[in-house]
Amino acid sequence: MSSHNTSPVYLDHAATTPMRPEAIAAMTEELARLGNPSSLHAAGRRARRVVEESREQLAEVFGARPSEIVFTSGGTEADNLAVKGLYWARHQGSRRRVLTTSVEHHAVLDSVRWLSEAQGADAVWLGVDSGGVVRPEALRVAIDQASDQVAMVSVMWANNEVGTVNPVSELAAVAHEYGVPFHTDAVQAAAQLPVDFAASGADALTVTGHKLGGPVGVGALILGRGVAPVPVLHGGGQERDIRSGTLDTPAIRAFAVAAAECARCRVDEAARLAELRDDLIHQVLAAVPDAVLNGSPPGPDRLPGNAHFSFPGCEGDALLMLLDANGIACSTGSACTAGVAEPSHVLLAMGADDSRARGSLRFSLGHTSTKHDVDALGLVIGEAVDRARRAAAR
Amino acid sequence: MSGGVDSATAAARAVDAGHEVTGVHLALSSNPSSYRTGARGCCTLEDARDARRAADVIGIPFYVWDMAERFHRDVVEDFVAEYAVGRTPNPCLRCNEKIKFAAVLDRALALGFDAVCTGHYARISDGVLHRAVDPGKDQSYVLAVLTSDQLSHAMFPLGDTPKVQVRAEAARRGLAVADKPDSHDVCFIADGDTKGFLARHLGQVPGQIVDTSGTVLGEHDGAYAFTVGQRKGLHLGTPAEDGKPRYVLGIEPVTRTVTVGPAEGLDIIEITAERPVWTGCVPPAEPRDCLVQLRAHGDVHACTARPAGDALRIRLHHPARGVAKGQAAVLYDGDAVLGSATISGTSVATELVRS
Repeated sequence: MSSHNTSPVYLDHAATTPMRPEAIAAMTEELARLGNPSSLHAAGRRARRVVEESREQLAEVFGARPSEIVFTSGGTEADNLAVKGLYWARHQGSRRRVLTTSVEHHAVLDSVRWLSEAQGADAVWLGVDSGGVVRPEALRVAIDQASDQVAMVSVMWANNEVGTVNPVSELAAVAHEYGVPFHTDAVQAAAQLPVDFAASGADALTVTGHKLGGPVGVGALILGRGVAPVPVLHGGGQERDIRSGTLDTPAIRAFAVAAAECARCRVDEAARLAELRDDLIHQVLAAVPDAVLNGSPPGPDRLPGNAHFSFPGCEGDALLMLLDANGIACSTGSACTAGVAEPSHVLLAMGADDSRARGSLRFSLGHTSTKHDVDALGLVIGEAVDRARRAAAR
Repeated sequence: MSGGVDSATAAARAVDAGHEVTGVHLALSSNPSSYRTGARGCCTLEDARDARRAADVIGIPFYVWDMAERFHRDVVEDFVAEYAVGRTPNPCLRCNEKIKFAAVLDRALALGFDAVCTGHYARISDGVLHRAVDPGKDQSYVLAVLTSDQLSHAMFPLGDTPKVQVRAEAARRGLAVADKPDSHDVCFIADGDTKGFLARHLGQVPGQIVDTSGTVLGEHDGAYAFTVGQRKGLHLGTPAEDGKPRYVLGIEPVTRTVTVGPAEGLDIIEITAERPVWTGCVPPAEPRDCLVQLRAHGDVHACTARPAGDALRIRLHHPARGVAKGQAAVLYDGDAVLGSATISGTSVATELVRS
């Protein structure tokens, strides 16, 4: 094993990305201040003003009205609220079908599974094509089977593993033809794509702070005004009575600052990341000619910062360890609690076999990524793959 | 790193010795809660966390390696299969042989590591395995199955230290596992009920319980519930004619017949053992006087060992009791391990039973 001899190379921005300096400054400033935004006195009003200004800022970034922003503790909570809350609000009578895809993040996937196992929901899993895209026709067929029984639809905007971007507005339009509420998890999309809630047509949309340079522990469910999920958390009635709990003013402030900064640079940044990503793909394929790029080809159907490969004959976790020993951070996709790499459910849904799913790695770029990072990977990936292959062959 | 005090301290000592160390925790069940949970286990989420925290404190990278399939095939299924044919396996020995110093070692070598370092209590000196200085913790018996090649890539930094000092050292190093209880029992049998575990895997396979003359004394639901030397739980109802306790003397897997008889029937004088591994000496061409240990933490017996084709015959100088097929016969010269083989047949001193 070789050891760290250069500065760490972070190629895992889809897991979390460094906080932007502006967000750190805003959060630090706010942490030193007093006030519960729900209090009626001057300190409370001051904090409430910060929250509401942040809400307005986020609404502007994401093409929503301020009243449509419901703050949560992050993406997982927002997904749970959307999926469970909309199911509970709509399942009365015969509406027990929940339509989602087999490539969702676990926050949606496992919420739907739980509804199905514990709440009598009828889960319908939409397939994807080999690039990971959910086709609007597939959604139409699935709804059409029993359109009056569909409680809600949830389809992610961009996939967290392979970076595939779905035609969200077309999908939302199909759901609306049947009067079915449509939720989308835009956690990965929000940092790199123009995510406009109104234009998307979605009824509910999940975003989170730490994927776009804000802090961990804050996110939002953007909810159309007529949409009323049953709350998951009951309490003080904050956030339209939909999400109780004291609002985290410093985190919300930093979330808004990060999102605004992200939006300000988005066009240039997307182009810069796409160029770096294409270079990364080029270098990996040059070093490992039989590596397979998973997901949609570079272009509008793929997140600009995402590159995801299968390395035939390798185990992803061995490769990850070898790269880690060289100071390069990447990801095998979803990890279970014990830290064991499971074969990616996303790749399996895209038609990959078990060994291809296990032998895959995600490299994701973000706002601090540089050409140096990509070159560092290009320098060591070939030898790491050779070695991981020897280990797997035993 | 199992999550216990021994492997954590061993890792810390390896770092102190100047090695570049990476912590590896083995996930031995794809569904962690299905194996032992609570205070102890090789493969619980709590143990994985304890191991990770120890690695943090020591300051080494840490990964979980998924060995669930290999472990299930080579240790759990082997355990069940051995009982099914009337033998008494040692799963810890099998895990060392097939997992820690085979699957893990092979993968480690291929990935660029030089050795597997564990918290076992044993010493390696000039390539020869020796007992640990702490006789109560010595684990050379369950490591003796390792070949010279495996030993050449093994490190046991705790062999020179009594366990009580290892705990004190772990506390000094700030390792939270310093006072974690020792492991016991079989890690993959969550409730400690080996008989119930085997019954679930093997089902009911009834047979007869007979005495040494062949008289049927009773029935049983599965010969796997019996171990040679066992006295309790025979459920025979009537006492023996001589009024003395009866013991399991032999298990015949094909007819599933369990033979019981008086204690003298357990006095073994000669042992046949298969698949010998010689790591402390060249395979002896002539009979060799040495010591033999016949089960984990068991007594040592003076013996004469002689090769017999691919097998090994061990003549005990004095009879030994409770020798079970499937256990290892480990030969020692003082503290040094000469070799190891799997017990496949025994002969009793009084010729009451030959099994």
